Amino acid sequence: MTLHVVTPGLLTTVQDRGRRRQQHLGIPVSGAMDQAALRMANLLAGNDLDAAALECTLMGPAVRFDEPTLVAITGGRCEPVVAGRPVPMWRAVLVPAHADLRFGPMHGAGCRAYLAVAGGIETPLVLGSRSTYLRAAFGGHEGRALRAGDALPTGEVPARATAIAAALGNGAAGPAIANWSVSRELVPGYTKSPTVRFVAESGDAAVEACAKALAEQLFSIAAQSDRMGFRLDGEALHCAVPAERLSEGVAFGTIQLPPGGAPIVLMADRQTTGGYPRLGTVAAVDMPLVAQLAPGDHIRFTPISLDEAQRLYLAREQDFTQAVTALSLRFHS
Amino acid sequence: MIRPLGDRALVVTLGSAIAPSVYSRVQRSLGQLRAASLAGVTDIVPAFASIVLHYDPARVAGARGEAPYDALAAAVEECLRLAVASPEVATRLVEIPVCYGGALGPDLDRLAAGHGMSPEAVIRLHCEREYLVYMLGFLPGFAYLGGLAPELVTPRRSEPRAHVPAGAVGIGGEQTGVYPLDSPGGWHLVGRTPARMFRPDQDPPTLLAMGDRVRFLRITEAQFNELESQSR
Repeated sequence: MTLHVVTPGLLTTVQDRGRRRQQHLGIPVSGAMDQAALRMANLLAGNDLDAAALECTLMGPAVRFDEPTLVAITGGRCEPVVAGRPVPMWRAVLVPAHADLRFGPMHGAGCRAYLAVAGGIETPLVLGSRSTYLRAAFGGHEGRALRAGDALPTGEVPARATAIAAALGNGAAGPAIANWSVSRELVPGYTKSPTVRFVAESGDAAVEACAKALAEQLFSIAAQSDRMGFRLDGEALHCAVPAERLSEGVAFGTIQLPPGGAPIVLMADRQTTGGYPRLGTVAAVDMPLVAQLAPGDHIRFTPISLDEAQRLYLAREQDFTQAVTALSLRFHS
Repeated sequence: MIRPLGDRALVVTLGSAIAPSVYSRVQRSLGQLRAASLAGVTDIVPAFASIVLHYDPARVAGARGEAPYDALAAAVEECLRLAVASPEVATRLVEIPVCYGGALGPDLDRLAAGHGMSPEAVIRLHCEREYLVYMLGFLPGFAYLGGLAPELVTPRRSEPRAHVPAGAVGIGGEQTGVYPLDSPGGWHLVGRTPARMFRPDQDPPTLLAMGDRVRFLRITEAQFNELESQSR
Protein backbone atom coordinates (compact mmCIF):
# COMPACT_ATOMS: atom_id res chain seq x y z
CA MET A 1 0.00 0.00 0.00
CA THR A 2 0.98 3.58 -0.43
CA LEU A 3 0.75 6.86 1.44
CA HIS A 4 0.38 9.80 -0.95
CA VAL A 5 1.59 13.20 0.17
CA VAL A 6 -0.89 15.87 -0.98
CA THR A 7 0.76 18.78 0.84
CA PRO A 8 4.00 18.20 2.76
CA GLY A 9 3.61 20.46 5.80
CA LEU A 10 6.47 22.51 7.19
CA LEU A 11 8.92 19.74 8.07
CA THR A 12 7.60 16.20 7.82
CA THR A 13 10.07 13.31 8.03
CA VAL A 14 9.99 9.54 8.43
CA GLN A 15 11.21 8.56 11.91
CA ASP A 16 11.30 5.44 14.04
CA ARG A 17 12.90 4.54 17.35
CA GLY A 18 16.29 5.53 16.04
CA ARG A 19 19.51 4.11 14.72
CA ARG A 20 21.15 1.88 17.30
CA ARG A 21 24.64 0.43 17.51
CA GLN A 22 26.15 2.97 15.08
CA GLN A 23 27.23 5.71 17.46
CA HIS A 24 30.78 4.39 17.65
CA LEU A 25 31.07 5.39 13.98
CA GLY A 26 29.91 8.92 14.71
CA ILE A 27 26.46 8.18 13.30
CA PRO A 28 23.69 9.90 15.29
CA VAL A 29 20.73 7.98 16.71
CA SER A 30 18.08 10.28 15.16
CA GLY A 31 14.54 8.88 15.45
CA ALA A 32 11.39 10.54 16.74
CA MET A 33 11.97 13.51 19.02
CA ASP A 34 8.98 12.48 21.15
CA GLN A 35 9.46 8.75 21.58
CA ALA A 36 6.44 8.43 23.88
CA ALA A 37 4.11 9.84 21.23
CA LEU A 38 5.68 7.68 18.51
CA ARG A 39 5.22 4.42 20.35
CA MET A 40 1.70 5.31 21.39
CA ALA A 41 0.82 6.02 17.77
CA ASN A 42 2.25 2.66 16.74
CA LEU A 43 0.43 0.87 19.55
CA LEU A 44 -2.94 2.41 18.61
CA ALA A 45 -2.41 1.64 14.91
CA GLY A 46 -1.75 -2.01 15.76
CA ASN A 47 1.92 -1.81 14.74
CA ASP A 48 5.15 -3.24 16.06
CA LEU A 49 6.80 -0.61 18.22
CA ASP A 50 9.77 -0.33 15.90
CA ALA A 51 7.61 0.67 12.93
CA ALA A 52 8.37 4.01 11.26
CA ALA A 53 5.88 6.88 11.31
CA LEU A 54 5.71 10.47 10.08
CA GLU A 55 6.97 13.22 12.37
CA CYS A 56 5.18 16.47 11.52
CA THR A 57 6.46 19.82 12.75
CA LEU A 58 4.34 22.92 13.52
CA MET A 59 2.23 22.51 10.38
CA GLY A 60 1.46 18.96 9.38
CA PRO A 61 0.81 17.51 5.93
CA ALA A 62 -2.26 16.33 4.07
CA VAL A 63 -2.06 12.70 3.00
CA ARG A 64 -4.26 10.15 1.19
CA PHE A 65 -4.43 6.37 0.83
CA ASP A 66 -5.65 4.12 -2.00
CA GLU A 67 -7.47 1.80 0.39
CA PRO A 68 -9.20 2.17 3.76
CA THR A 69 -6.30 2.56 6.20
CA LEU A 70 -5.99 2.37 9.96
CA VAL A 71 -3.98 5.26 11.43
CA ALA A 72 -3.31 6.92 14.77
CA ILE A 73 -2.21 10.50 15.43
CA THR A 74 -0.44 11.51 18.62
CA GLY A 75 1.88 14.23 19.90
CA GLY A 76 1.26 17.98 19.81
CA ARG A 77 -2.35 19.05 19.32
CA CYS A 78 -2.89 19.36 15.58
CA GLU A 79 -6.67 19.20 14.95
CA PRO A 80 -6.64 16.50 12.28
CA VAL A 81 -9.50 16.31 9.81
CA VAL A 82 -10.50 13.38 7.60
CA ALA A 83 -12.68 14.16 4.58
CA GLY A 84 -13.59 17.44 6.25
CA ARG A 85 -14.58 15.84 9.58
CA PRO A 86 -12.52 16.41 12.73
CA VAL A 87 -11.05 13.20 14.16
CA PRO A 88 -9.55 12.80 17.63
CA MET A 89 -5.90 12.27 18.45
CA TRP A 90 -4.63 9.36 20.59
CA ARG A 91 -7.20 7.02 19.00
CA ALA A 92 -7.27 4.48 16.22
CA VAL A 93 -9.00 5.97 13.18
CA LEU A 94 -10.00 4.18 9.99
CA VAL A 95 -9.45 6.55 7.07
CA PRO A 96 -11.57 5.81 3.97
CA ALA A 97 -9.89 5.25 0.63
CA HIS A 98 -9.02 8.45 -1.28
CA ALA A 99 -10.08 10.71 1.62
CA ASP A 100 -7.74 13.53 2.62
CA LEU A 101 -6.26 13.27 6.11
CA ARG A 102 -5.31 16.86 6.84
CA PHE A 103 -3.42 18.25 9.82
CA GLY A 104 -4.25 21.69 11.23
CA PRO A 105 -1.64 24.11 12.52
CA MET A 106 -0.21 23.36 15.96
CA HIS A 107 -1.11 26.50 17.88
CA GLY A 108 -1.25 25.04 21.35
CA ALA A 109 1.23 23.14 23.46
CA GLY A 110 3.37 20.75 21.43
CA CYS A 111 4.84 21.31 17.99
CA ARG A 112 5.42 17.72 16.82
CA ALA A 113 2.67 15.32 15.80
CA TYR A 114 3.10 11.68 14.80
CA LEU A 115 1.12 9.81 12.20
CA ALA A 116 1.38 6.04 12.43
CA VAL A 117 -0.10 4.00 9.60
CA ALA A 118 -0.99 0.32 10.01
CA GLY A 119 2.00 -1.62 8.68
CA GLY A 120 4.36 1.28 9.23
CA ILE A 121 6.05 3.51 6.66
CA GLU A 122 8.29 1.08 4.84
CA THR A 123 11.02 3.14 3.26
CA PRO A 124 14.34 1.26 3.05
CA LEU A 125 16.26 0.46 6.21
CA VAL A 126 19.55 2.35 6.29
CA LEU A 127 22.01 1.13 8.92
CA GLY A 128 19.20 -0.64 10.75
CA SER A 129 16.69 2.21 10.88
CA ARG A 130 14.24 4.16 8.72
CA SER A 131 14.86 7.42 10.56
CA THR A 132 15.69 10.42 8.42
CA TYR A 133 18.96 12.21 9.22
CA LEU A 134 18.61 15.42 7.27
CA ARG A 135 22.13 16.73 7.83
CA ALA A 136 23.74 13.80 6.02
CA ALA A 137 20.69 13.28 3.78
CA PHE A 138 20.11 9.59 4.41
CA GLY A 139 17.38 7.39 5.88
CA GLY A 140 13.65 8.01 5.64
CA HIS A 141 12.35 8.99 2.21
CA GLU A 142 15.42 9.81 0.11
CA GLY A 143 17.09 11.34 3.14
CA ARG A 144 14.89 14.42 3.05
CA ALA A 145 11.72 16.05 4.31
CA LEU A 146 8.58 15.05 2.41
CA ARG A 147 7.34 16.99 -0.63
CA ALA A 148 3.98 17.16 -2.37
CA GLY A 149 3.56 14.20 -4.69
CA ASP A 150 5.78 11.83 -2.69
CA ALA A 151 4.46 8.26 -2.53
CA LEU A 152 5.64 6.26 0.49
CA PRO A 153 5.28 2.49 0.70
CA THR A 154 3.60 1.11 3.81
CA GLY A 155 4.33 -2.34 5.19
CA GLU A 156 2.33 -5.51 5.60
CA VAL A 157 -0.56 -4.86 7.98
CA PRO A 158 -0.05 -6.80 11.23
CA ALA A 159 -2.81 -9.09 12.53
CA ARG A 160 -3.55 -6.74 15.41
CA ALA A 161 -4.11 -3.79 13.07
CA THR A 162 -6.39 -5.91 10.91
CA ALA A 163 -8.42 -6.82 14.00
CA ILE A 164 -8.66 -3.20 15.15
CA ALA A 165 -9.71 -2.07 11.67
CA ALA A 166 -12.28 -4.86 11.30
CA ALA A 167 -14.04 -3.64 14.45
CA LEU A 168 -14.33 -0.19 12.83
CA GLY A 169 -16.15 -1.39 9.69
CA ASN A 170 -15.09 -0.63 6.13
CA GLY A 171 -14.79 3.14 6.20
CA ALA A 172 -17.42 3.51 3.47
CA ALA A 173 -19.39 6.03 5.53
CA GLY A 174 -16.50 8.32 6.33
CA PRO A 175 -13.85 8.03 9.04
CA ALA A 176 -14.52 5.49 11.78
CA ILE A 177 -13.15 6.22 15.23
CA ALA A 178 -12.29 3.67 17.91
CA ASN A 179 -14.33 4.09 21.09
CA TRP A 180 -11.36 3.08 23.24
CA SER A 181 -7.92 4.56 23.83
CA VAL A 182 -5.05 4.21 26.30
CA SER A 183 -5.20 5.40 29.89
CA ARG A 184 -4.75 9.13 30.46
CA GLU A 185 -1.52 8.62 32.40
CA LEU A 186 0.17 7.46 29.22
CA VAL A 187 -0.63 10.70 27.41
CA PRO A 188 2.09 13.26 28.23
CA GLY A 189 0.87 16.57 29.67
CA TYR A 190 2.46 18.90 27.15
CA THR A 191 2.72 22.57 28.05
CA LYS A 192 4.49 25.59 26.58
CA SER A 193 6.35 26.08 29.83
CA PRO A 194 7.18 22.75 31.46
CA THR A 195 9.34 22.14 34.48
CA VAL A 196 11.49 19.14 33.64
CA ARG A 197 13.55 17.01 35.95
CA PHE A 198 17.23 16.43 35.27
CA VAL A 199 19.93 14.25 36.75
CA ALA A 200 22.74 16.69 37.56
CA GLU A 201 26.38 15.86 36.91
CA SER A 202 28.26 15.23 40.08
CA GLY A 203 31.87 14.90 41.18
CA ASP A 204 33.07 18.43 40.35
CA ALA A 205 32.17 21.34 42.66
CA ALA A 206 32.19 23.93 39.85
CA VAL A 207 29.91 21.85 37.65
CA GLU A 208 27.60 21.13 40.57
CA ALA A 209 27.34 24.85 41.34
CA CYS A 210 26.54 25.54 37.70
CA ALA A 211 23.90 22.78 37.59
CA LYS A 212 22.34 24.42 40.62
CA ALA A 213 22.29 27.77 38.83
CA LEU A 214 20.65 26.06 35.85
CA ALA A 215 17.71 25.12 38.09
CA GLU A 216 17.24 28.68 39.28
CA GLN A 217 15.98 30.37 36.15
CA LEU A 218 13.41 30.24 33.43
CA PHE A 219 14.85 29.74 29.95
CA SER A 220 13.26 30.19 26.56
CA ILE A 221 13.87 28.00 23.53
CA ALA A 222 16.01 30.00 21.09
CA ALA A 223 15.16 30.36 17.42
CA GLN A 224 18.25 28.43 16.32
CA SER A 225 16.94 25.17 17.79
CA ASP A 226 16.32 22.07 15.72
CA ARG A 227 16.27 18.28 15.85
CA MET A 228 19.93 18.32 16.81
CA GLY A 229 19.64 20.48 19.90
CA PHE A 230 17.70 23.23 21.68
CA ARG A 231 19.60 26.38 22.56
CA LEU A 232 18.35 28.07 25.69
CA ASP A 233 18.05 31.83 26.05
CA GLY A 234 18.42 33.21 29.54
CA GLU A 235 20.98 34.75 31.80
CA ALA A 236 24.36 33.30 30.77
CA LEU A 237 25.71 30.60 33.06
CA HIS A 238 29.33 30.59 34.02
CA CYS A 239 31.18 27.50 34.98
CA ALA A 240 34.68 27.56 36.43
CA VAL A 241 35.88 24.54 34.47
CA PRO A 242 37.85 24.39 31.23
CA ALA A 243 35.61 25.46 28.34
CA GLU A 244 36.56 22.36 26.36
CA ARG A 245 37.35 18.92 27.60
CA LEU A 246 38.18 15.67 25.89
CA SER A 247 35.29 14.71 23.65
CA GLU A 248 33.22 11.87 25.02
CA GLY A 249 29.85 10.25 24.52
CA VAL A 250 26.69 12.26 25.22
CA ALA A 251 23.05 11.24 25.57
CA PHE A 252 19.54 12.27 24.51
CA GLY A 253 18.71 15.17 26.82
CA THR A 254 22.26 15.95 27.92
CA ILE A 255 22.59 19.63 28.85
CA GLN A 256 25.87 21.08 27.58
CA LEU A 257 27.36 24.46 28.36
CA PRO A 258 29.31 26.01 25.46
CA PRO A 259 31.65 28.96 26.14
CA GLY A 260 28.95 31.60 25.53
CA GLY A 261 27.08 30.46 28.65
CA ALA A 262 23.82 29.55 26.88
CA PRO A 263 23.04 25.88 27.59
CA ILE A 264 22.10 23.42 24.85
CA VAL A 265 19.82 20.41 25.36
CA LEU A 266 20.91 17.64 22.99
CA MET A 267 18.04 16.17 20.99
CA ALA A 268 17.45 13.32 18.52
CA ASP A 269 19.97 14.29 15.82
CA ARG A 270 22.68 15.15 18.37
CA GLN A 271 26.32 14.41 17.67
CA THR A 272 27.45 11.16 19.25
CA THR A 273 30.22 12.85 21.27
CA GLY A 274 30.79 16.30 22.70
CA GLY A 275 33.53 18.24 24.41
CA TYR A 276 31.65 21.00 26.25
CA PRO A 277 31.07 20.78 30.00
CA ARG A 278 27.92 18.83 30.87
CA LEU A 279 25.56 20.09 33.57
CA GLY A 280 23.29 17.06 33.58
CA THR A 281 20.81 15.07 31.54
CA VAL A 282 17.02 15.42 31.43
CA ALA A 283 15.17 12.47 32.98
CA ALA A 284 13.94 10.09 30.27
CA VAL A 285 10.32 10.36 31.46
CA ASP A 286 10.36 14.12 30.87
CA MET A 287 12.00 14.11 27.43
CA PRO A 288 8.63 14.05 25.62
CA LEU A 289 7.82 17.40 27.27
CA VAL A 290 11.11 18.86 26.03
CA ALA A 291 10.76 17.36 22.56
CA GLN A 292 7.46 19.17 22.02
CA LEU A 293 8.82 22.65 22.69
CA ALA A 294 8.98 25.21 19.90
CA PRO A 295 11.16 28.32 19.67
CA GLY A 296 9.77 30.92 22.09
CA ASP A 297 8.41 28.32 24.53
CA HIS A 298 9.84 28.24 28.04
CA ILE A 299 11.50 25.61 30.19
CA ARG A 300 12.55 25.27 33.80
CA PHE A 301 14.81 22.56 35.24
CA THR A 302 14.60 20.91 38.62
CA PRO A 303 17.04 18.31 39.93
CA ILE A 304 16.04 14.71 40.57
CA SER A 305 18.11 11.86 41.95
CA LEU A 306 19.21 9.12 39.59
CA ASP A 307 17.37 6.54 41.69
CA GLU A 308 14.12 8.46 41.49
CA ALA A 309 14.51 9.08 37.75
CA GLN A 310 14.99 5.36 37.15
CA ARG A 311 12.06 4.47 39.42
CA LEU A 312 9.80 6.78 37.40
CA TYR A 313 11.13 5.30 34.18
CA LEU A 314 10.47 1.72 35.29
CA ALA A 315 6.97 2.63 36.47
CA ARG A 316 6.17 4.24 33.12
CA GLU A 317 7.52 1.27 31.21
CA GLN A 318 5.34 -1.00 33.33
CA ASP A 319 2.26 1.12 32.56
CA PHE A 320 3.06 0.95 28.88
CA THR A 321 3.59 -2.80 28.96
CA GLN A 322 0.17 -3.13 30.60
CA ALA A 323 -1.38 -1.05 27.83
CA VAL A 324 0.19 -3.37 25.25
CA THR A 325 -1.13 -6.41 27.09
CA ALA A 326 -4.62 -4.92 27.40
CA LEU A 327 -4.72 -4.27 23.67
CA SER A 328 -3.54 -7.80 22.90
CA LEU A 329 -6.30 -9.26 25.05
CA ARG A 330 -8.92 -7.01 23.54
CA PHE A 331 -8.07 -8.00 19.98
CA HIS A 332 -6.85 -11.53 20.63
CA SER A 333 -3.58 -10.80 18.88
CA MET B 1 35.79 5.15 37.39
CA ILE B 2 32.11 4.77 36.50
CA ARG B 3 29.60 7.66 36.64
CA PRO B 4 26.02 8.09 35.50
CA LEU B 5 25.25 10.09 32.35
CA GLY B 6 21.58 10.72 33.00
CA ASP B 7 19.25 7.79 33.69
CA ARG B 8 19.95 5.81 30.50
CA ALA B 9 23.73 5.94 30.07
CA LEU B 10 26.92 5.67 32.07
CA VAL B 11 30.51 6.76 31.49
CA VAL B 12 33.55 4.62 32.18
CA THR B 13 36.54 6.95 32.54
CA LEU B 14 39.86 5.35 31.65
CA GLY B 15 42.28 8.26 31.57
CA SER B 16 42.53 12.01 31.21
CA ALA B 17 44.68 12.62 28.15
CA ILE B 18 44.98 11.87 24.46
CA ALA B 19 47.78 9.31 24.60
CA PRO B 20 48.59 5.94 23.06
CA SER B 21 48.65 4.30 26.51
CA VAL B 22 45.13 5.58 27.30
CA TYR B 23 44.01 4.58 23.83
CA SER B 24 45.20 1.00 24.48
CA ARG B 25 43.24 0.89 27.72
CA VAL B 26 40.08 2.14 25.93
CA GLN B 27 40.56 -0.39 23.14
CA ARG B 28 41.05 -3.27 25.60
CA SER B 29 38.08 -2.27 27.78
CA LEU B 30 35.93 -1.85 24.68
CA GLY B 31 36.73 -5.42 23.65
CA GLN B 32 35.81 -6.70 27.09
CA LEU B 33 32.54 -4.77 27.23
CA ARG B 34 31.52 -5.84 23.73
CA ALA B 35 32.31 -9.48 24.47
CA ALA B 36 30.30 -9.36 27.71
CA SER B 37 27.03 -8.42 25.89
CA LEU B 38 25.59 -7.00 29.11
CA ALA B 39 21.79 -7.15 29.25
CA GLY B 40 20.09 -3.83 28.46
CA VAL B 41 23.10 -2.18 26.81
CA THR B 42 22.07 -0.66 23.47
CA ASP B 43 25.16 1.23 22.34
CA ILE B 44 28.83 1.32 23.33
CA VAL B 45 30.61 4.55 22.40
CA PRO B 46 34.37 4.82 22.91
CA ALA B 47 36.18 8.16 22.98
CA PHE B 48 39.74 9.36 23.72
CA ALA B 49 39.75 8.39 27.36
CA SER B 50 36.30 7.01 28.15
CA ILE B 51 33.53 4.69 27.05
CA VAL B 52 29.84 5.55 27.25
CA LEU B 53 27.33 2.73 27.56
CA HIS B 54 23.75 3.58 26.60
CA TYR B 55 21.21 1.25 28.17
CA ASP B 56 17.53 0.60 28.74
CA PRO B 57 16.99 0.57 32.52
CA ALA B 58 14.00 -1.76 32.09
CA ARG B 59 16.21 -4.43 30.54
CA VAL B 60 19.18 -4.39 32.87
CA ALA B 61 19.61 -7.63 34.82
CA GLY B 62 19.71 -6.87 38.52
CA ALA B 63 18.46 -8.07 41.86
CA ARG B 64 14.85 -7.25 42.69
CA GLY B 65 14.60 -3.67 43.92
CA GLU B 66 18.17 -2.84 42.86
CA ALA B 67 18.51 0.37 40.86
CA PRO B 68 19.34 -0.42 37.21
CA TYR B 69 22.35 1.91 37.32
CA ASP B 70 23.79 0.17 40.36
CA ALA B 71 23.31 -3.24 38.81
CA LEU B 72 24.86 -2.26 35.48
CA ALA B 73 27.76 -0.33 37.05
CA ALA B 74 28.60 -3.40 39.13
CA ALA B 75 28.45 -5.63 36.07
CA VAL B 76 30.70 -3.24 34.11
CA GLU B 77 33.21 -3.11 36.94
CA GLU B 78 33.24 -6.88 37.18
CA CYS B 79 33.70 -7.20 33.43
CA LEU B 80 36.64 -4.79 33.39
CA ARG B 81 38.30 -6.35 36.40
CA LEU B 82 38.93 -9.57 34.51
CA ALA B 83 42.52 -9.07 33.49
CA VAL B 84 42.24 -10.77 30.15
CA ALA B 85 45.26 -10.54 27.95
CA SER B 86 43.31 -9.26 24.97
CA PRO B 87 44.72 -10.51 21.69
CA GLU B 88 46.70 -7.90 19.81
CA VAL B 89 44.20 -6.31 17.43
CA ALA B 90 45.51 -6.36 13.89
CA THR B 91 45.42 -2.72 12.79
CA ARG B 92 44.81 -1.66 9.25
CA LEU B 93 46.81 0.93 7.40
CA VAL B 94 44.49 3.12 5.34
CA GLU B 95 45.95 5.44 2.73
CA ILE B 96 43.98 8.57 1.98
CA PRO B 97 44.82 10.39 -1.26
CA VAL B 98 44.97 14.17 -0.86
CA CYS B 99 45.40 16.98 -3.35
CA TYR B 100 47.10 19.78 -1.41
CA GLY B 101 46.88 23.54 -1.84
CA GLY B 102 45.26 25.63 -4.53
CA ALA B 103 41.48 25.92 -4.54
CA LEU B 104 41.22 22.54 -2.77
CA GLY B 105 43.45 23.63 0.11
CA PRO B 106 42.83 27.37 0.42
CA ASP B 107 44.59 27.77 3.80
CA LEU B 108 47.81 25.93 2.93
CA ASP B 109 49.91 28.95 1.97
CA ARG B 110 48.85 31.03 4.97
CA LEU B 111 49.40 28.15 7.39
CA ALA B 112 52.87 27.56 5.94
CA ALA B 113 53.76 31.26 6.16
CA GLY B 114 52.56 31.32 9.77
CA HIS B 115 55.06 28.62 10.62
CA GLY B 116 57.83 30.19 8.53
CA MET B 117 58.01 27.25 6.19
CA SER B 118 57.21 26.54 2.56
CA PRO B 119 53.92 24.91 1.51
CA GLU B 120 56.04 22.02 0.25
CA ALA B 121 57.48 21.51 3.72
CA VAL B 122 53.98 21.46 5.25
CA ILE B 123 52.85 18.85 2.73
CA ARG B 124 55.95 16.74 3.39
CA LEU B 125 55.41 16.85 7.16
CA HIS B 126 51.72 16.05 6.79
CA CYS B 127 52.37 13.08 4.49
CA GLU B 128 55.33 11.50 6.22
CA ARG B 129 53.52 10.84 9.50
CA GLU B 130 51.41 7.83 10.33
CA TYR B 131 48.30 8.79 12.29
CA LEU B 132 46.18 6.78 14.70
CA VAL B 133 42.37 6.90 14.69
CA TYR B 134 41.62 7.52 18.36
CA MET B 135 37.86 7.72 17.99
CA LEU B 136 34.98 8.61 15.67
CA GLY B 137 32.52 11.34 16.53
CA PHE B 138 31.34 14.88 15.66
CA LEU B 139 29.97 13.78 12.28
CA PRO B 140 29.29 10.35 10.74
CA GLY B 141 32.67 8.92 9.82
CA PHE B 142 34.68 11.78 11.29
CA ALA B 143 37.91 10.33 12.69
CA TYR B 144 39.92 12.08 15.37
CA LEU B 145 43.54 11.49 14.33
CA GLY B 146 46.50 11.65 16.67
CA GLY B 147 50.10 12.08 15.60
CA LEU B 148 50.26 15.48 13.90
CA ALA B 149 53.84 16.77 13.57
CA PRO B 150 54.44 19.31 16.38
CA GLU B 151 55.68 21.80 13.74
CA LEU B 152 52.18 21.85 12.22
CA VAL B 153 50.18 22.49 15.38
CA THR B 154 48.05 25.57 14.58
CA PRO B 155 45.26 27.21 16.59
CA ARG B 156 41.86 26.96 14.90
CA ARG B 157 40.67 29.77 12.68
CA SER B 158 39.23 32.64 14.69
CA GLU B 159 36.33 32.80 12.24
CA PRO B 160 34.96 29.32 11.49
CA ARG B 161 33.78 28.78 7.92
CA ALA B 162 30.03 28.38 7.50
CA HIS B 163 30.61 25.86 4.75
CA VAL B 164 33.41 23.31 4.49
CA PRO B 165 32.98 20.73 1.70
CA ALA B 166 32.99 16.97 2.29
CA GLY B 167 36.51 15.61 1.80
CA ALA B 168 38.27 18.75 3.03
CA VAL B 169 41.49 17.94 4.90
CA GLY B 170 42.18 20.27 7.77
CA ILE B 171 44.51 21.08 10.63
CA GLY B 172 43.11 22.45 13.89
CA GLY B 173 45.06 22.61 17.11
CA GLU B 174 46.97 19.34 17.55
CA GLN B 175 44.63 17.53 15.25
CA THR B 176 44.26 16.81 11.59
CA GLY B 177 41.43 15.10 9.82
CA VAL B 178 38.94 14.90 6.98
CA TYR B 179 35.45 16.41 6.98
CA PRO B 180 33.11 13.56 5.97
CA LEU B 181 30.16 15.83 5.11
CA ASP B 182 29.56 19.40 4.03
CA SER B 183 29.48 21.23 7.34
CA PRO B 184 30.62 24.35 9.15
CA GLY B 185 34.20 24.09 10.37
CA GLY B 186 37.01 25.96 12.09
CA TRP B 187 40.06 24.08 10.85
CA HIS B 188 42.63 25.31 8.35
CA LEU B 189 41.99 23.58 5.05
CA VAL B 190 45.18 22.31 3.44
CA GLY B 191 43.78 19.95 0.84
CA ARG B 192 40.97 17.69 -0.22
CA THR B 193 40.50 13.95 -0.69
CA PRO B 194 38.25 12.30 -3.27
CA ALA B 195 37.76 9.38 -0.83
CA ARG B 196 34.28 9.06 0.65
CA MET B 197 34.68 9.00 4.42
CA PHE B 198 31.00 8.24 4.98
CA ARG B 199 28.89 6.09 2.67
CA PRO B 200 25.66 4.97 4.38
CA ASP B 201 24.91 2.55 1.53
CA GLN B 202 28.03 0.46 2.22
CA ASP B 203 29.14 -1.92 4.93
CA PRO B 204 31.01 -0.65 6.86
CA PRO B 205 29.49 2.80 6.36
CA THR B 206 32.67 4.64 7.35
CA LEU B 207 36.06 4.49 5.62
CA LEU B 208 37.91 4.64 8.94
CA ALA B 209 37.43 2.77 12.20
CA MET B 210 38.88 3.30 15.65
CA GLY B 211 42.39 1.85 15.77
CA ASP B 212 43.15 2.27 12.07
CA ARG B 213 46.52 3.75 11.09
CA VAL B 214 46.26 6.46 8.46
CA ARG B 215 48.66 7.91 5.93
CA PHE B 216 47.96 10.80 3.59
CA LEU B 217 49.14 10.22 0.05
CA ARG B 218 49.80 13.25 -2.11
CA ILE B 219 48.05 13.30 -5.49
CA THR B 220 47.84 15.83 -8.31
CA GLU B 221 44.75 17.79 -9.20
CA ALA B 222 44.33 15.65 -12.34
CA GLN B 223 44.41 12.50 -10.21
CA PHE B 224 41.98 14.10 -7.78
CA ASN B 225 39.52 14.85 -10.56
CA GLU B 226 39.79 11.35 -11.95
CA LEU B 227 39.32 9.66 -8.57
CA GLU B 228 36.50 12.01 -7.68
CA SER B 229 34.59 11.14 -10.85
CA GLN B 230 35.07 7.42 -10.10
CA SER B 231 33.86 7.67 -6.52
CA ARG B 232 30.55 9.17 -7.55
